Amino acid sequence: MTEAIQVAGLTKVFTVAKDHPPLRAVDGIDFTVREGEVFGFLGPNGAGKTSTIRMLTGLSHPTAGTARLLGLDLDKDLPRIKKRIGVVPEASNLYDELTAFDNLIFAMQLYGVPRAERQPRADALLERFRLGEKCDAPFAKLSRGMKRALTIAAALAHRPPLIFLDEPTTGLDVMSARNLRQMIAGLRDEGVTVFLTTHYLEEAERLCDRVAIIVKGRIVALDTVAGLRSGAQQKTLVEITLEGADGQPERKRVECDDGVESAVQRLLSENNGRHVLAVDTLRPSLEDVFVQLTGLNAEVMLSEKGGKGGGSVGG
Amino acid sequence: MLADDLRGMYYIALKDLKAYYFKPPNISWGILFPFAFILAFAIRDPGDVRSLVPGLLALTVLFSTSSMETIVIVFERRIGSLERLLLAPLRLPAMLAGKLLGGMTFGLTVTLVVLVVALAIFGASGTNWLVLAMALLLSATAFSAMGALVSVAVKEVFEAQTLANFFRFPMMFLGGIFVPVESLPPMLQILARLLPLTYSVEAFRVALSGGSWSTAALDLGVLAAFSVVLFMLAVRTMARRIE
Repeated sequence: MTEAIQVAGLTKVFTVAKDHPPLRAVDGIDFTVREGEVFGFLGPNGAGKTSTIRMLTGLSHPTAGTARLLGLDLDKDLPRIKKRIGVVPEASNLYDELTAFDNLIFAMQLYGVPRAERQPRADALLERFRLGEKCDAPFAKLSRGMKRALTIAAALAHRPPLIFLDEPTTGLDVMSARNLRQMIAGLRDEGVTVFLTTHYLEEAERLCDRVAIIVKGRIVALDTVAGLRSGAQQKTLVEITLEGADGQPERKRVECDDGVESAVQRLLSENNGRHVLAVDTLRPSLEDVFVQLTGLNAEVMLSEKGGKGGGSVGG
Repeated sequence: MLADDLRGMYYIALKDLKAYYFKPPNISWGILFPFAFILAFAIRDPGDVRSLVPGLLALTVLFSTSSMETIVIVFERRIGSLERLLLAPLRLPAMLAGKLLGGMTFGLTVTLVVLVVALAIFGASGTNWLVLAMALLLSATAFSAMGALVSVAVKEVFEAQTLANFFRFPMMFLGGIFVPVESLPPMLQILARLLPLTYSVEAFRVALSGGSWSTAALDLGVLAAFSVVLFMLAVRTMARRIE
C-alpha cells in the first residue's frame, strides 16, 4: 500500500503580536496516511487540526517541514495537488444564490470536468446524497444536514482520490449525522482516501482505520483504534450482571489481570448461587485513550464545539 | 496551468454574474444612480445636455463595475465560499482576474444600455468608435480593479462600501463630469489628475465630442496603468492574507 500523504516536520508558527511570543500552532509533526484508508485526526480545540489541513490543502504556507500528497511535493506541485484533492471545511460554504445542481456544476467547471460528464455526474451525486428532490432549490434554502451533504458532494464532484473532511458531522441532527457517516464509510469502499478531523470519538472509532491524536500542535499518539486501545493503561474489565435480592439487576466489575476466563470464574465464585443475567467484557474505548493522552474530558471537547448535535453515533 | 487559469477565470466570472450581478437592484442602481445625477445637473442647466454624456458614461462605468465588485470578495470571504476558489486549481491572479471579469462584464453591459440610449437621443455623428471602445474597456478594467482592491483590503462588507465611497465621491466631483478640470483651483487640478475617473471622462469626451489622438492616447494609457497597478496591489494584498 502506498502513501496518500507523507508529512515530515510540518510546522506552523503564527505571529500574534509584537509583544507576544509566536504561537506554534503545529509543532513539527510527522505522519503518513495510506492510500484508501480513513485517517482520523483528533484533538481538542486549538490543537492544530485545522492549521494542519489548511497547510496540506494550500490555504496557508507551512513555516517549516515538508509534505507530499499523492506523490507530489506540496511546495512545488500545489496546482497539480489541488486538482486531485477535495476539501470539505468545517462550515458548509457553497453559494447561497445557486441551486444545488448549479453548485455542483460550478464545482466541476472549476476543476475541468469535461462538459459532457457534468450533468450526469451532478445528477448521480444528488441521488447518492439523497438530494435529488432538492436539485433546483437554492443552497440557502436547504437544511443544515442537506447543506453538509451537498458540500461533501461538491468536494467529490471532480472524483478526487483524496478528500479532507473537517468536522463533517458537527451540528447535525442524529439522522443527518448517521447518513453522512454511512456516506463516509462508502467513500472508503470506493478507494477514496479520507483525512477526517472530528471531535466525536465514537465517530472516529467507528469510521477510522487509523487515528492520530494531536495536542498543542504535537502528535501524541498514532495507531489503529485497536492499537491505541491495547496501548492504553486501562485494563479490560469483566462485568457480570446478577439478579439482585429485590429482583433488580446488579452489576459487578473486576479487572482482567490474568485473562477474561479467570476473571469470570473469580466473579462467579464470589457470587456463588446467584442467578447470572449477563457477562460482558469492557475494553478501554478510544475516549479512555483520548482522556489518558490529553488529560481532557471528552465532554469538554463536545461542549467546546457547541453542543452534541450529531454526537450520538447511530450507524 | 494557463488553461486551468483561463477556464477558472471564465467560470468564476460566469458564476458571479449569475449569483450576484444580474439582479434587479444592481441593474437599477448601476443605471439610475448616474442618470439621477446627470438629470439634476441638466435641469439646473439645460443648455448643453449632450456635453454631460461623456460624464454620464464614465459615472455609469464607475458605479456599475465597482458597486458589486467592492463587496463580492469580502462577502465571499465572510461566508467562507472564497475558500472554494482558493482551493481550486488556479493561481491567485487568475482567481482575482475572474472576479474582475465579472465586474467588468456587468459594468460594460449596463454602460452599453446607457450608451445606446444616449446615441439614440443625441446621434452618433462624429463618434470615434475605436477610442470609445477602448475607453469603455479600460475604464471598466480600472474601476473593477479598484473595486477588487477595496474588497480584498477590508474585513467587513460595510467597510468596503465606506472605503469605496471614500474614493468614488471625490472622484465624481473632481473628475470633470460636472465642472471642467481646467476650471478647478490649481491644487484640485493636481488632485484631479491623480484620479482615474478624470481620464475616463476625458477619453469619453474625445470619443464622443472630438479631440486630439494624443489626448486620447494619454487618457487610455493612464487608464491601462491604473488597471495594472490596482490589480497588482489587489493580488499582493490578497496574497498577504494567505498566511
